Amino acid sequence: MASEETKATTFTATKSTKTAKTQDKIATGILTAIVALILIALVAIIAYIVVSGACKLFDIHFLTAKPEQFKAGGGIGPELFNSFYLLILTLLISLPISLGGAIFLTQYAPVGPVTSIAKTAIETLSSLPSIVVGLFGMLIFVLQLGWGFSILSGALALTMFNVPILVRVIEQALETVPRDQRDAALALGLTRWEATTQVLIPAAMPAIVTGVILSAGRVFGEAAALIYTAGQSAPALNWTAPITSQANPLNVFRPAETLAVHIWKINSEGVVPDLSAVSAGTAAVLMVCILAFNIIARIVGKHMGKKMTAE
Amino acid sequence: MSTNSTGAAGSIAEGSSSKYRIERKGKILTGACVLFVVLLVVTLIFMVCSRGLATFTADGISFGSFITGTTWNPHQTGDDGQPLMGALPMIAGSFAVTLLSCVLALPFALGAAIFVVEIQPGFGSKVFRPMIELLTGIPSVVFGLVGLSIIVPWVRSWAGGTGYGIMAGSIVLAFMILPTVTSLSTDALAAVPEAYRDGSYGLGCTRWQTILHVVIPSALPGILTAVIMGMARAFGEALAVQMVVGNAAQMPQGLFTPAATLTSVLTMGMGNEAMGTVYNDVLWSLALVLLVMSLFFILIVHLIGRKGAAKNG
Repeated sequence: MASEETKATTFTATKSTKTAKTQDKIATGILTAIVALILIALVAIIAYIVVSGACKLFDIHFLTAKPEQFKAGGGIGPELFNSFYLLILTLLISLPISLGGAIFLTQYAPVGPVTSIAKTAIETLSSLPSIVVGLFGMLIFVLQLGWGFSILSGALALTMFNVPILVRVIEQALETVPRDQRDAALALGLTRWEATTQVLIPAAMPAIVTGVILSAGRVFGEAAALIYTAGQSAPALNWTAPITSQANPLNVFRPAETLAVHIWKINSEGVVPDLSAVSAGTAAVLMVCILAFNIIARIVGKHMGKKMTAE
Repeated sequence: MSTNSTGAAGSIAEGSSSKYRIERKGKILTGACVLFVVLLVVTLIFMVCSRGLATFTADGISFGSFITGTTWNPHQTGDDGQPLMGALPMIAGSFAVTLLSCVLALPFALGAAIFVVEIQPGFGSKVFRPMIELLTGIPSVVFGLVGLSIIVPWVRSWAGGTGYGIMAGSIVLAFMILPTVTSLSTDALAAVPEAYRDGSYGLGCTRWQTILHVVIPSALPGILTAVIMGMARAFGEALAVQMVVGNAAQMPQGLFTPAATLTSVLTMGMGNEAMGTVYNDVLWSLALVLLVMSLFFILIVHLIGRKGAAKNG
């Protein structure tokens, strides 16, 4: 009787172990399939974007000519320039602010309401929809300050979008520097400011540079914050024009449509005859730039990291 | 001798006061940056609120009819002489695409997170994470374009109709929120102490049993946060959705008929109307709804975080 009972228990135990093992195998299989599916989809999307615009990618005319509104054969020359110009301006404005903010939050911030308010504000800014940021930019820069649809308005709107990302990146970079380094610097009599600028920031530089380039990729492709700040028109550019002219490329008060905005605009208007070719080409250019940002970020980060640890 | 020592003390005092000055300068400089950002956020919230509330204060439209009205046609007036400004179609559209995209993305995001934390950590950090970061980098208009050229025709091929609608929008959004949800869930799963897993394995559990009964329950607050951050992103995404959702401001009839979201109406409408008109004011009210919703999402994330901290601490 007793032995029979034991037998039964052993039997159910093996059975449940077996089921558990089978379930484990099935689950592992499903999870592997999910990851494979995601990777395939990702590669397929990127390949589709690049391949469908590939013929325009090396077309010098397309990359330099001005866009056409009602006939085929337009280019994206001004848009390409505008995208990079806006990106550089945005980084020039947002980098110092983010660096300062991150240093304050990691080094100086007292524990208490001030820090928690600041952190909440930055978090709020980072999760605000970019269209809301764009509309606020329109209200303040375009209308109230009277700058109109301009590169400056666009760059400031993008700054609002970029600052929380950069603050987070720099904060993380500063926090990964071993605490010993900071403590040693402080023990030698350096102020926190000196320790930060002379020890922490150089040590965190590879991570900061990588993060900044990656965030640059996101700024480069942003459109929703720009359609009502930098505008949806791209005046033809002429380097010989005076700086106050709308045609001068460096004039920050001229409207400037970027690559991403161009894709959106021509698709929502739908009047360009070679719409699909132009938007596929623009998307391919945009995608290649962003891939390049990603690759450069990784190479630079690795290279700088190596150089610093070797020295 | 005595003059010497006072001299030394003086120079030390001077040295420390210059140090003090450097420190003060640094503190003020960096503090100003933070203050600037805080002021910016406060100004933004204040400005959007004041513009968004003008509909109800200056134009005298009742809040109830705005939030529950089902007809959106601000250029026409209804039977009561009020312009037809029901925002419910857009609010419903926004919630529909947000929820559906989360439902579509969650199994994939959670599955991938489990895979890279529990099954193949090396592959996760070397291959999968950089790839997922790349997905974050794809601009939303490019997603919109892919949606237009692949997803809309594909939906049309099996669901009929135009292909534009909530389903197409949700599929595009699911791709867009996948990186957010995946990387936050990965962090949540990775934060589960190794001892929990060891305990479970020590009791003879399989890996799947450990994942299902130990790891996921302990990481649940983190996973919830990941989902809500994904929802916040989906709710606020403008251009990609606008390109595929069909832009018909009517109550959603189903998943395959054209609809509209708060963001799509804002994107389309804001450029056409002069400031100060009633239509423009109502658009700002829609922006306010968007703002309030994203603040609400942040609040939930905070509450989850606080509850998790209270539970663990």
